[in-house]
Amino acid sequence: MLIPCPHCGTRPAEEFTFLGDANVQRPTSLEDPNWNSYVYERDNPRGKIDEFAYHSGGCRAWLVVSRDTKTHEVFGAVIAKNFKRKQKS
Amino acid sequence: MTGFRIKNGGLIDRTSELNFKFDGKSFTGHQGDTLASALIANGVHLMGRSFKYHRPRGVISAGSSEPNALVELREGGRKEANTRATMIELYDGLIAQSQNRWPSLDFDVGAVTSLASSIFVAGFYYKTFMWPKSFWEKIYEPLIRKAAGLGTASREADPDTYEKSYAHCDLLVVGSGPAGLMAALTAARSGACVILADEGSALGGTLLFENEEIAGQSGFEWSQSVIAELASIPNVTLMPRTTIFGWFDGNIFGALERVNDHVAVPAPFEPRQRYWRIQAKRAILASGAEERPLVFGGNDVPGVMLASAMRHYSNRYAAAAGKSVAIFTNNDSALRTAHDFKQHGIHVEVIIDTRKGGRILNVKGGKGVAAIDAGKHLIACDAVAMSGGWSPIVNLMCHRGAKPIWNESIAAFTPPDVGAEFTAIGSAAGHMLLSECFADGVRAGTMKGKVPPAPKCRDEAFAIQPFWWVKESTGKAFIDYQNDATAKDLPLAAREGYGHVELAKRYTTTGMATDQGKLGNVNAIAILAEASGKTIAEMGTTTFRPFYTPVSFGAFTGPFTGRHFQPVRKTPLHGWAVEQGAVFVETGLWMRSSWFPKTGEDWLASASREVKSTRASVGLCDVSTLGKIDIHGKDAGIFLDRLYCNTFSTLSIGKARYGLMLREDGIVFDDGTTSRLAEDHYVMTTTTANAARMMSNIEFCHQVHWPELDVQYVSVTEQWAQMAVAGPKARATLQKLVDKLALNDETVPYLAAKAITIMGGVEARLFRISFSGEHAYELAVPADFGNAVARAIMHAGTEFGIVPYGVEALSIMRIEKGHVAGGELNGTTTAGDLGLGKMMSTKKDYIGRVMAQREGLVDPQRQCVVGIRPVDHTMKLRSGGHLLKQGDAPSMQADQGYICSVAWSPMLNMWLGLALLSNGRARHGEIIKVFDGLRGHHYLAEICDPVHFDAKNERLHA
Repeated sequence: MLIPCPHCGTRPAEEFTFLGDANVQRPTSLEDPNWNSYVYERDNPRGKIDEFAYHSGGCRAWLVVSRDTKTHEVFGAVIAKNFKRKQKS
Repeated sequence: MTGFRIKNGGLIDRTSELNFKFDGKSFTGHQGDTLASALIANGVHLMGRSFKYHRPRGVISAGSSEPNALVELREGGRKEANTRATMIELYDGLIAQSQNRWPSLDFDVGAVTSLASSIFVAGFYYKTFMWPKSFWEKIYEPLIRKAAGLGTASREADPDTYEKSYAHCDLLVVGSGPAGLMAALTAARSGACVILADEGSALGGTLLFENEEIAGQSGFEWSQSVIAELASIPNVTLMPRTTIFGWFDGNIFGALERVNDHVAVPAPFEPRQRYWRIQAKRAILASGAEERPLVFGGNDVPGVMLASAMRHYSNRYAAAAGKSVAIFTNNDSALRTAHDFKQHGIHVEVIIDTRKGGRILNVKGGKGVAAIDAGKHLIACDAVAMSGGWSPIVNLMCHRGAKPIWNESIAAFTPPDVGAEFTAIGSAAGHMLLSECFADGVRAGTMKGKVPPAPKCRDEAFAIQPFWWVKESTGKAFIDYQNDATAKDLPLAAREGYGHVELAKRYTTTGMATDQGKLGNVNAIAILAEASGKTIAEMGTTTFRPFYTPVSFGAFTGPFTGRHFQPVRKTPLHGWAVEQGAVFVETGLWMRSSWFPKTGEDWLASASREVKSTRASVGLCDVSTLGKIDIHGKDAGIFLDRLYCNTFSTLSIGKARYGLMLREDGIVFDDGTTSRLAEDHYVMTTTTANAARMMSNIEFCHQVHWPELDVQYVSVTEQWAQMAVAGPKARATLQKLVDKLALNDETVPYLAAKAITIMGGVEARLFRISFSGEHAYELAVPADFGNAVARAIMHAGTEFGIVPYGVEALSIMRIEKGHVAGGELNGTTTAGDLGLGKMMSTKKDYIGRVMAQREGLVDPQRQCVVGIRPVDHTMKLRSGGHLLKQGDAPSMQADQGYICSVAWSPMLNMWLGLALLSNGRARHGEIIKVFDGLRGHHYLAEICDPVHFDAKNERLHA
C-alpha cells in the first residue's frame, strides 16, 4: 500500500503508524459531555475511513489518510492540521 | 525404467558431464538438464513415495506444479526438503534424496497402508482418531505426527546468505512465453521501464520446447532474438529464475529470485536467494496455462506423465520418457506429443481420444508402466502421456480476493477482470492460439499510441471436449497426487455433507499439499460439481492465496539474522563503561551499563558495593538513555502546561521541575524532569522506554490539537551524553571540572538548571537533581565529549574513592527512596495511586484532566503505592507476590494488591519493596500476608511509607 505524503511524496505504508479515526475532536471545555466518547468511542466502518497516520519513518508529520477498509484503496492524505473534520450527525 | 537420452537435439550441452547422486547412487547428466530430466535420461522414473499410501511415484510435470518428484536437495545446513526435481537445475556434485520412504524408495514398508486403504478414506482423521479419548495424546497424536510431512528439515544452521531488494517499473511482465516476450518487447521499444520475470531457468517459456514457426524462424530462434534485443535495451530488467509469488495492495508483487540455487555453493558475497518487492505501475499476467491430468485408474504409476511434459523432456532435454508411448487425451494439444515423438523416432503405440469414446480403464504396472487396459484388451507400452485440457494459471490475479470465471468453450477457469493495473494475456487469459498470444502481447505492451503489427506464426488447432473421470476404472484414480486424494473421495465428501468446495477441500485434503492443487483442483471441482448436481461455474473454486510456490524462511528473513537482527544503540559513554568493566543489559535497543563487578563479585555484590560507595562518597552513572527533547518557542510554557498535569509556564529560568504526564484516559503516561534554560527554551527528559513515544505524542498534540501554538521541538537524546554524579562528594568532584564557577547552594541550588562550561570550554548543562536521594547532579555534555568527560570525572573523584554505578544500583537506590519507576508506572496507575495526586493542577486543561476525575479513578479504595518489608528481615521479597489480609485465604476477592518492585538494600541490610495496596496510604504499619502462588508459599510483611531510607531527605540537601 502506498501513501501520498504531502511532504515526502508517495511512500510505502510501512513508514507510517496509524492512530484510528481522525474525525474525533478533543473537546475544548472541561464540562463537555463528549469526553468519554472522544476517548473511547470509535466507528469501525467497512468502506471509507479518515485515519490519523504518523509518518514516523519519514517527515514525522501527523497526516490524515483517507482509505477504503474494504478495497484498501488510498484516496489521499493531508497534513492533520489542514484536515476538515466531518460534522457529527 | 525405460527412459533414455535421445541421440540428437535438445538445449543441453552434450560436451559437459555433470556427476550427481540420487539416493546415494551416481549418475551423469548434462549442463541444461534438470534433476528430473537427467533421472529420466538415466532410466529412473521412480522418484518418490506418496504421502498417505506410500505409492511409488514418478515425475508427472516439467515445471513448478510438480506434485510427485519432491526430493531433499543438498546436505547438511544447505539441505532443502520438498524441492521439485523438475525445477532443480543440474550441477556437478548435486546430491538429492527421495522422501517419505522407509527403508528405501524401492522397498517401502509404509506401502502396506495402501492395503488398508479402506480406512484411509476422506475425512479419515475425523473418523478414525475420535475415540477412545484417552488414546489421543499417547497413541493417535504421535502416530499422526510421525506420518505427517514429507521431507525433513536440516537441524544445522544455513550457512548461506539471503537478500531483500526493491524494484519499481512501468510494466511488470509475469512469464516469458510468446505473449510475455511480445508484451515486454513492445513496451521496451517504446521506452517504458520493463521488468520481465520468469520462474524458469531460462527465458522463453513454451518456446523452449514447443515446435513453432514464427516470422520464418523456429519458435526457439525467434525467442532468442527477442531476448537478445530486450537484453540490449537499458530500461529492461530480465529476471529468469524469479517466481512472482504474490500480488498485493497497491500493485505490489512479491518475487523470489533463485540467484544461486543452480550451483552447489554460492560465490563469495553472493546470496543464495533474493526476496523482491516489485512496485509496478502496470502488470501483465503472461503465466501461460497448466495442463491437467486425466483421472483414471493407475494415473499415478511412474511413467504416466502430462503430454506436454513428455514433449518438454524430449524436445528441450532430449530425455525420452519411454520407448513405446500411449497417449490419452480429451483435446487436440496432445497430438503435438505424437507428432514430436515421431520426429524423435519414439514409437507411439496408440492415441486414445475420449472424444472418440476411447478410455484407459487402468494402467498396469507397479513401479513403471507395463501396459494399459483400454477396455477390450491390454496394450503393452512403457509410458502414458495424458492431457485433460489446459487451465490458465490465474493464481496471481485472484490473490486479492477476486474469483476466476468458468469458460465453457475451453473448459477452464479464466482470470477475473481486476482493472487496468493488472491484465492477463495469452493462454493465461484462455487464448490458446499462438497468434492470439502475439495479438494480446502487442496490444498489452503498447503503453500509448498505435498498436504495432504482431509477427506472423503458424497456429496449432485447439479444441476440447470436457472429460474428467473414467468411472469404469477399478484401480485408484488420483486427483491430488501429493495428498493421495482419489476421485471417489469427492463424491463421498458430497454425500457426507461436505459438498461445498471449501469444505470438500479440507475434508478430502485435495489441494492442501505443497503444490496447492495446481494440477488437480479443476478436476476435483468438476467431479464434486457432478456429484453435487451443480455446474462447475456454480461450484466455483477455492480461494487462491499467496504464495504461488513455497518461499524459504531464509528469503523472508533476508540479511536480518544474528547481530543484524536489530540495531544496537550504544550510549556516548559506552567506551568509558567498557573500560570500567561494565556488564551491559539490553533495554529496548539500548545497551545500558548494568553493574561494574570487581573480581569475584556477582551482580548483587557489585550493585550493593556501588550503592554503599555512592552513598558514602560519590558515584558516576550513565543516564544518557533518558529521552531528551529540546522545546523552543514563545508558547513553549503553555504547551508544556497542556502536556503535563503540573505547571511549567511558571517555572523560573534556570530551574528544573519534576513533571508528570497523563494519558487522555487519566492514567499516568510518563514522568521526568524538565528544565527552563531561557524564557522560550525548555529541555524535557523522559523515561528511556517512552522516549520515542513521547516525541510522537508531542508531535500529535501540537499538530492535531493545538497547531496554533508557536512551539518547536526536537529529540536531542543522542546529541547529549548525560551522567549522574551522586553522593556527599559529588560537588567536590565536579568542582574540579567546572570553569570559573564556585559550586554552592547559592550558585547551583537544589533543582538548578544551568548552562556552564567545563574542562576549559566544553559546553555543558548542569542540573542539580537527584534520583538516588543523595546530593547529586546530572551533567550533560555534547555526545562526542561523553567518554572524555566521564574519564575526567573519574579522575577528579579518585581521591574520594569514586565508583561507577549501573542501572542495578540506580534501581536499588530509587527503591530505597520510594521513587516510582517502570514497575509502578505500569499503565494502570493514576497520579493519586502513585502519591502524586497533588501535582494535578486544577487551574488549567491538560491531557487526561477530565478523565482522571472519573469515579473509579479517584476511589479511595484504589490500590496505591506503599513501601513493604518482610517481618522476618532475613526473608527475600519477590515482585509479583499478592497481598492479603492476614486471615484471608488467597482468592480474587481477597486480593489487596501486589508487590511491584523489590531490591536488596545494602543500607538497611534487608529486602525492600514497593507495592500497590488497596487504600494503602491509610495502612502504614499494618502486617499483611504476601502470597507467592508461583513458589507456593506465603509470609508476613509490614506495610510502610514508600521512602525507606533517609525519610527526611537530609542527604539530598546536604
